[in-house]
Amino acid sequence: MAISAEYKDADGVLEGKDLEGVRRRLLEKYPPKVARKRDKQIVVNRVGEDGSVPVVMSNVRTVPGLISQRGCCYAGCKGVVLGPTRDIVNITHGPVGCGFYSWLTRRNQTDPDSSPDGHNFMTYCFTTDMQDEEIIFGGEKKLRLAIQEAYDNFKPKAIAVFSTCPVGLIGDDVHAVCREMKEKLGINVFGFSCEGYKGVSQSAGHHIANNGIFTHVVGTDDAVPEGDFKINLLGEYNIGGDAFEIERIFEACGLTLVATYSGNSSIEHFARSHTADLNLIMCHRSINYVAEMMETKFGLPWIKVNFIGAAATAKSLRKIAAYFDDPALSERVEAVIAAELPAVEAEAAAVRPRTEGKRAMLFVGGSRAHHYQELFAELGMKTLSAGYEFAHRDDYEGRRVLPDIKVDADSRNIQELEVHPDPERYRPRVDAQRAETLAAKGVDFADYAGMMPEMPAGALVIDDISHHETEKMIALFKPDIFCAGIKEKYVIQKHGIPLKQLHSYDYGGPYAGFKGAINFYQEIDRMVNSRVWGYLKAPWQKNPELAAKYAFE
Amino acid sequence: MESDTPCDDGYTLASLVPVVAASAVQNACKLCAPLGASLVFKGIAGGVPLLHGSQGCSTYIRRYLISHFKEPMDIACSNFGEQTAVFGGGANLQLALENVCRQYAPALIGVATTCLSETIGDDVPMFIKTFLAAVPESARPPIVHVSTPSYQGSHMEGFHRAVRAVLGALAQGRGGEATIQVNLLPGLLSPADLRHLKEMAAAFGLQAMVLPDYSDTLDGGQWESYQRIPPGGTPLQDIIAAGNAAATIELGHTLAAERDTAATDLQTRCGVPARRLGLPVGIRHTDALLQALAEISGRPVPDIYQAQRGRLLDTLVDGHKHVNTVRAALYGEADLVAGLAAFMAEIGIHPVVCASGGAGRRLAPVLHQLVPARQHAGMTILEGADFATIEEAVAGARPDLIVGHSKGYAMARRLGIPLVQVGFPIHDRMGGPRLLHVGYEGAACLFDRLANALIETRQAASPVGYTYM
Repeated sequence: MAISAEYKDADGVLEGKDLEGVRRRLLEKYPPKVARKRDKQIVVNRVGEDGSVPVVMSNVRTVPGLISQRGCCYAGCKGVVLGPTRDIVNITHGPVGCGFYSWLTRRNQTDPDSSPDGHNFMTYCFTTDMQDEEIIFGGEKKLRLAIQEAYDNFKPKAIAVFSTCPVGLIGDDVHAVCREMKEKLGINVFGFSCEGYKGVSQSAGHHIANNGIFTHVVGTDDAVPEGDFKINLLGEYNIGGDAFEIERIFEACGLTLVATYSGNSSIEHFARSHTADLNLIMCHRSINYVAEMMETKFGLPWIKVNFIGAAATAKSLRKIAAYFDDPALSERVEAVIAAELPAVEAEAAAVRPRTEGKRAMLFVGGSRAHHYQELFAELGMKTLSAGYEFAHRDDYEGRRVLPDIKVDADSRNIQELEVHPDPERYRPRVDAQRAETLAAKGVDFADYAGMMPEMPAGALVIDDISHHETEKMIALFKPDIFCAGIKEKYVIQKHGIPLKQLHSYDYGGPYAGFKGAINFYQEIDRMVNSRVWGYLKAPWQKNPELAAKYAFE
Repeated sequence: MESDTPCDDGYTLASLVPVVAASAVQNACKLCAPLGASLVFKGIAGGVPLLHGSQGCSTYIRRYLISHFKEPMDIACSNFGEQTAVFGGGANLQLALENVCRQYAPALIGVATTCLSETIGDDVPMFIKTFLAAVPESARPPIVHVSTPSYQGSHMEGFHRAVRAVLGALAQGRGGEATIQVNLLPGLLSPADLRHLKEMAAAFGLQAMVLPDYSDTLDGGQWESYQRIPPGGTPLQDIIAAGNAAATIELGHTLAAERDTAATDLQTRCGVPARRLGLPVGIRHTDALLQALAEISGRPVPDIYQAQRGRLLDTLVDGHKHVNTVRAALYGEADLVAGLAAFMAEIGIHPVVCASGGAGRRLAPVLHQLVPARQHAGMTILEGADFATIEEAVAGARPDLIVGHSKGYAMARRLGIPLVQVGFPIHDRMGGPRLLHVGYEGAACLFDRLANALIETRQAASPVGYTYM
């Protein structure tokens, strides 16, 4: 099932609306300078014969005062990438709010019983709770005490420290404290300079997290796990149990999962992840740095996969089998797909009469706005418009544009690690000739085609959509479902349109893999066919209450 | 009912020194100051909060408030970048104010600072002055600034500071028409509580200025069409008229022990007498509020409250056997804990652990006034406490019930003690904003929930499974 169920509308027209006109409507009330900036972030999709798509300005600073979906650097580092690892004690170095608000709010799941020590610190929230005194005299002393206290209480394998805004400003040397405590305690202690003001969104924090894990953890354990087909899964955070479902499928296929970054993960998995033979990337935006660095240093290649959508899952499994090129594995993968698909197809067939032709908008994350279009397509629904919250141009347009991306001041300040092949442990898994053979079979190494080439022409792509534009899009198109996060949920639902949270899944899920697809079909059926919207007007109401006008009108 | 009259028995504070976490905070029991301020600005008609700092602050605070209120939560931000952190946030704030004005045409913008802008020492009042000077008077919304670095106090300090800042900036002195008869500063209560308090004042025929009033803005219905700023909130003209009121009622036992508050400010500045009462949770403090309203209005307490009081007492008599001598642990904001402890003292529940994440250091003396003397020795009072400290105390005390917000769930689960969710934040049960804590009706609701939690525990533990309890 391909995503691109072509629209019936002519080019440049979406549901009878002239798309240039729609763009003008979104921009018309902004001050000229703001409008000029947003103009480059709102693009009508066109796909050339060679797969080229228009440029989308992205990964640029949000305009102050526009209500954005975006979070901060700290959120990307501590909340997204490191948060799902169960056995690292994460200490937020800063005043109380940042730690409190990132206290298991993403609802990553984990299975502590799968580690021998059963460690799970994800339900805890540690912070140095800096006070006036520390802002004035420095917080290193308190941080040292906090690390000691965390160690005394839990005897963890590792402790990580995350800096919040004031830490960078007052000049605490978090890394020196970590080195000192590492020596003293004899466990791995490392810090992240992920102050909230760095970069333009969570994305900066992802990069900083990648650098930190790679520097301090990856390759610290050379024990090679048993198994014929060893893989890592990168950029899968086990929201709603997605990683559990993917793990189930891998096991059925006979694949050995060495590490997941970072859903249902242990620091021990990261330590030996360089011994795997293939990296699979789910969320390209948040984790591609680690994959690149592992390839350079240890020689294991990466491919982009997608386990959101039953067809995409089958396709990704076949790609993995093609890479390992083992008849027994291929046979087993085909057997798994054959066993799983009938139930998925039966559910899709049952739901589809109620979802066919309905329309979705997706504004979320750095990969989900792309991946979830697969599931909607399987329901016969079309995606009118989509965009990412914190992605870069390569996530929209594909990695082919990487050489053309201008590095601005915000990105330049995020360190690029210099990585070299490891003198002893560098072992290229595929040589050039084999890479060519595999590429011919569709194993496209180190590539991500991006969201737009897989979207139909005429769909509207909006980067870092603002609150104002969201409301306009809703008013103009009245989609049947809108996908974003909790901050948007109740705004959209006041418009009488259901919102599916694709960050936390509304605490449902899993939606990945085969069983996840079935869950998603049922969930979307429930949401787009709910009766509650039909009761909005009471039987005695003839004239609805006069509503206030937008300030812009 | 217990017959003890709670009194101050001269217990020395030294015997009940609040335990303060030594270095790290493990599972905090407090939120940050700008969150409290944002909540206040959301409760003003046409108000838009704007956080001066990193966009993460507004994003985190929005997503967290939403998890409780489940309503739109527009909080703007001046989006600091690395350069802003170095060179100052003036230009960003100007642009943010301009964009908020264009998008919302707000009746008021509340600018709360964050750790970031406070640490670099931004002169926010000067930035606001500069902005206003460049805007034509007709398009100039009032802008209230409040200093809320998260390294000073908790969300409650942010909340109270914002109330004070709003009144300080807007309430004018004596003179003019007295459109407002009473100012009611309720503190952090649920939308249902705020509705109940407004009804109370109205029942006395009083024109009340309730600040903040997010009873509609953060607990609204479905709308025919979308509204950028939700309807409801304290009308600006009422805040301006607050200086002419006959009295200010400010709720909160520990707040009443503070020297300078919004109510004392109004008293000093505009001569509005401050009546500082506890949260009206339970019989005595609802009585006190109604009496105050009766005195201010010169009208007797309406019959409806006599009837509610009667029903409450009847309920308490009927259910006394379920709750008497039961032991409970309470945690949350100091004033909520004090209010709940006062109510529990009335119904025979012993509050054996009373904990707050805030470090106001006024909870212990207040609780000694509210809880019967013979229970003092068995009562652990914690201020500036995190959940690690609270859990240790609760594990030691082994109460029958835990009463507090959603963040205590992990503790309750580990200890196998039923948790009754009250206050804020509640994100593991439906209906947090609709929970009624105040007034006789609120007391009855609380009583039913406490008793039912106990009954349910007994029922589940019974090998027979009785249905007559």
